Amino acid sequence: MSAPAHELGARPAVHDLVGRHRLRAWEPLPWILALAFYFAFPNHLGFGADLLVTILFALSLDLALGYAGIVTLGHAAFFGAGAYTVGLLAHHGIWSEPITSLMIAACVAALIGLASGLILLRTTGLTLLMLTLCTMALLEEAANMGEKYTGGFDGLPNLPIPPLFGLFEFNPLYPRVQYLYVLGVLFLCFLFVRTLVYSPFGQSLTGIRENVLRMHAVGAPVNWRLVTCYTISAAIAGIAGGLWAQANAYVNLGTLGLDRAATVLIILVLGGYGRLYGAFIGAVIYLALSHFLAKVYPTAWQLGLGLLLVLIALFARNGMLGLWDTLWSRFKPKRGPS
Amino acid sequence: MTFGIDVVSMLLGGLAAGMVLFIVSVGLSVTMGLMGFVNLAHGGFAMLGGYVIVLTMRNWGIGFIPALALGFVVIAGVSVAFERLLYSRLYRAAELDQVLFTIGLVFMMISTVTLVIGPENQQLMLPSWLQGQLDLGIVHYRTYSIFLIVVGTAIVIGLWLGFERTRMGAQIRAAVDNRRMAESLGINIDRLFMLTFAFGSGMAAIGGGLGAEFLGLNPQYPLIYLVYFLIVVSVGGLGRVTGVFFASIIIGVLDFALKKYLPQGGTLFIFALTILLLLWRPQGLFGGKSA
Repeated sequence: MSAPAHELGARPAVHDLVGRHRLRAWEPLPWILALAFYFAFPNHLGFGADLLVTILFALSLDLALGYAGIVTLGHAAFFGAGAYTVGLLAHHGIWSEPITSLMIAACVAALIGLASGLILLRTTGLTLLMLTLCTMALLEEAANMGEKYTGGFDGLPNLPIPPLFGLFEFNPLYPRVQYLYVLGVLFLCFLFVRTLVYSPFGQSLTGIRENVLRMHAVGAPVNWRLVTCYTISAAIAGIAGGLWAQANAYVNLGTLGLDRAATVLIILVLGGYGRLYGAFIGAVIYLALSHFLAKVYPTAWQLGLGLLLVLIALFARNGMLGLWDTLWSRFKPKRGPS
Repeated sequence: MTFGIDVVSMLLGGLAAGMVLFIVSVGLSVTMGLMGFVNLAHGGFAMLGGYVIVLTMRNWGIGFIPALALGFVVIAGVSVAFERLLYSRLYRAAELDQVLFTIGLVFMMISTVTLVIGPENQQLMLPSWLQGQLDLGIVHYRTYSIFLIVVGTAIVIGLWLGFERTRMGAQIRAAVDNRRMAESLGINIDRLFMLTFAFGSGMAAIGGGLGAEFLGLNPQYPLIYLVYFLIVVSVGGLGRVTGVFFASIIIGVLDFALKKYLPQGGTLFIFALTILLLLWRPQGLFGGKSA
């Protein structure tokens, strides 16, 4: 009934699927660089930790936006939910052990993602955009209102975060532990996301992004796939938020704001969405530029950022990695259509 | 008795705010309905218009009404240039690209205004005949709010007549309902869109000027009120003048009332209500069957 394995393997689609799993030669490079950064710039590890958290956040958005094609403006809702979960638990002395706090943060964000995804993923277009935006605004307003518990506009400063594994102290002045901790979590999450997007589940997400009607026609449970993806994406964003709260030892309303949601969208698009490493490239370029430019010329920075966005939307729809691909294929014209 | 007066003044204040909201958002609704273009930069045109109006009044000493007209003309002209050079390239692009493009545009508008004029809030100088209070028989109320209500009503009636009774209005309605069909009937959608885009941006400019007195006018304006404009449009339905009007009034009055009686959670309530409403009717309260 079923074809023999070698015959199946000869078919290009299967070949493609199997081939995409393979680790490419340059893939360890970002991690080597990240470790090199630790030794090369011991004075900028705070910035480095921030960068890694941003990469993780952008990666979570990539799953929803780049792979499943869910255009959301409210992804900071989950980042903030994770950050506030860690913050509230630690501030009120309920629970502050780093790793388990992160897990709780992921669960809370996933729950919010599941609940909101169940209802708002039935819509598309402007309605979806509005609903994600409103969900985030709702959470932000709630955090602002619950001043008694959340500290309102000022947030929760000086969170007591106990040492990692009971051994490694989080030192705010020399954030070495934070950096390695964030790097480790990012690596684990990345492995998970990478496995996920190359799995049949990930392939079906790409299918939904490319042609919803056809996916309905082949009998894929489109809505459930989207909700599952949205929930996973929310959980990872929640982990990113929790990491941010732990590394900085505070939480504020900014974690839930439109600013953060727009920034992560920009970062992902700058790097190129739907391609995993876009999150890395985008975050590095964006944060490096903003780190040096935004402090000196904040207004010019915003102008340049706006211009960059307009140019990307008009000319470079796949971001920096897309540009790279285009240039690369000019020099390597031999590759057949994939 | 005091409660009655409270209710009346609340309604008047909300109506005035709703009128401004309507004047700004109506163009957004029609252009989104026509082209399905997610234009997050619409508030930017309102801000630029507000600046033109406030600054020409202050520096050139022209009157309030001429300044409003000037703001309309300038922003309508500017928006045509934007539309022809930039927006028109993205009509068939993915929604994400339109979102990014318009966010980029908003950033550029904000930073340009900050660089050229400065980040501080600009004060609208109301002419003397709009200052003070007006005796309405039951209550004394701010003349300016009454003026806004009168002007807003006039604009609503004018737009409604234009939309329902003129040839161009019929073309717009046809194109909103079914763009392909309208195109096959020989309606020039591109031209129609350019004109409505210019008109809508001009209206937004007037709204920016009229609302500067109580909404404030600073470079961050397009981001602060973006959610409000979008809520009005999505609640009212795309491409519906009357829908946007009722949505603006509802939001205006609700916002005003909630700020008074529930200063803490007012905005929360509006967001929650919008979510529930959009879940119940994704096409908006007054929208057609397909959004």
